[in-house]
Amino acid sequence: MLIHPEEILETIHMIKAENFDIRTVTMGINLRDCCHSDIDVLNKNIYNKITGYAKELVRTTEEVQNLYGIPITNKRIAVTPIAIVAESCDTEDYVSIAKTLDRAADDVGIDFIGGFSALVHKGMTPGDLKLINSIPQALANTKKVCSSVNVATTKAGINMDAVAMMGNIVKKTAEATKDADGIGCAKLVIFANAPEDNPFMAGAFHGIGEPDCVINVGVSGPGVVNSTVRELKDPDLGEISEAIKKTAFKITRMGEMVGREVSRRLNVDFGVLDLSLAPTPEIGDSVAAILEAMGLETCGTHGTTAALALLNDAVKKGGSMASSYVGGLSGAFIPVSEDAGMIRAVELGALSLEKLEAMTSVCSVGLDMIAIPGDTSAATISAIIADEMAIGMINKKTTAVRLIPAPGKKVGDSVEFGGLLGRAPVMKVSEFSSEEFIARGGRIPAPIQALTN
Amino acid sequence: MTSTRFIITVIGIDKIGIVASITKVMADYNVNIVDISQTIMEDLFTMIMLAGVDSENFDLAAFQKAMVGIGEELGVEVRVQHEDAFRFMHRI
Repeated sequence: MLIHPEEILETIHMIKAENFDIRTVTMGINLRDCCHSDIDVLNKNIYNKITGYAKELVRTTEEVQNLYGIPITNKRIAVTPIAIVAESCDTEDYVSIAKTLDRAADDVGIDFIGGFSALVHKGMTPGDLKLINSIPQALANTKKVCSSVNVATTKAGINMDAVAMMGNIVKKTAEATKDADGIGCAKLVIFANAPEDNPFMAGAFHGIGEPDCVINVGVSGPGVVNSTVRELKDPDLGEISEAIKKTAFKITRMGEMVGREVSRRLNVDFGVLDLSLAPTPEIGDSVAAILEAMGLETCGTHGTTAALALLNDAVKKGGSMASSYVGGLSGAFIPVSEDAGMIRAVELGALSLEKLEAMTSVCSVGLDMIAIPGDTSAATISAIIADEMAIGMINKKTTAVRLIPAPGKKVGDSVEFGGLLGRAPVMKVSEFSSEEFIARGGRIPAPIQALTN
Repeated sequence: MTSTRFIITVIGIDKIGIVASITKVMADYNVNIVDISQTIMEDLFTMIMLAGVDSENFDLAAFQKAMVGIGEELGVEVRVQHEDAFRFMHRI
């Protein structure tokens, strides 16, 4: 037998006991050729394009899942930012497009569709503005549609007018979905340096430099990394890094194999493999648990940022050798509601919003799936967004904000979303005002790229 | 991905007739055993087979269903996975 029985059992153990999965196969679809001045024609074109390309996506993905015996948890679609597609449309409101996306997603049987998006890091076109204003109702009237707005890049700076506007949009989205604890906000991300090929939600969209159709794959596996670190006997940090690299390599290989086979069967380009440690609410399938396995009493204490930096870098090093095309976000995610260890750390009082912000400067993405009090002002939400965008802009990395100002909830309460979205304890925000700063508007200029101290 | 070889793993509490019952289903589907190993690991019966399939029209879904079915009857877990799943992970 070419493969050693122990290796076979190791793979099976990862799947069975450590929650290893291919988190998502995401098909990116270009919708630029759907543009039309008549909204009804546009909606029809969008529906036909998506269902045409994706009609076999779910069936093919399930066949590949069965062939290799590796769970593929989600099938998703990312489309061209709708602000671009709808720009020439003679209408004030894009909610009907969100409904079309939702209907197409339902009809092809996928889990989420992303791309109700706008890229406004330097300024806004009339289409961008209409899209942003449509977000609250779009997310309240659909189940599977995800929305994202890029408000900053390292090259353009931060569009603070957009940041100010997004504070209000987040509030309105929470209000529009208040019967479900503001779940609309779980499907809305505000980005700096958004990647064009990210397969993970809620931030996936099909970038303008992409082909007509593409398959991107997202791999997960915090549970596997957690077990690997815990099995080491009295390791130093170099040994921990080495073990994480090897594990990241192994799980990335599976994603690469699955992605290539799905794209071969669908006759669609293979785009990128995104190796991100995306936790789930399952016990042990937790990024916080990995940090604690390195020797921290609880995630959030001093040393957490350093441990996370080690983890994030080791994941990237291992993953980049395992796939021909690594892209997307590729790193460790630290969503609070989706990670049992993070929830525990918040409830213990060990993990604060400020510490989470520091952690985002060394890992993938940002302030993710964090519930804050429902009466938090729009200006404060905008200021939290601005801080996070500044970290992304200066560090030349993607950062994002996905906050849920849970209607009627206070610090100490908890919000239950269920499924992969999990449960979020409501976290404290600063009581002091940022109102005047946010009201100033304008742009924060792009940073200097030299004198890097 | 041209190989049509599968790794079949059977894990569970040992009892009489596991091998006979499993290989009977394999024979019914014209699945050939290329290699086989069997051990007891942590009190669990563990059988690993490398199996080859010739037929172009091999119905993997039906075979997997039959194998999982016989596994349930015997109280063991049976998995049928394409060998690439292991080759990709453990070989460069």
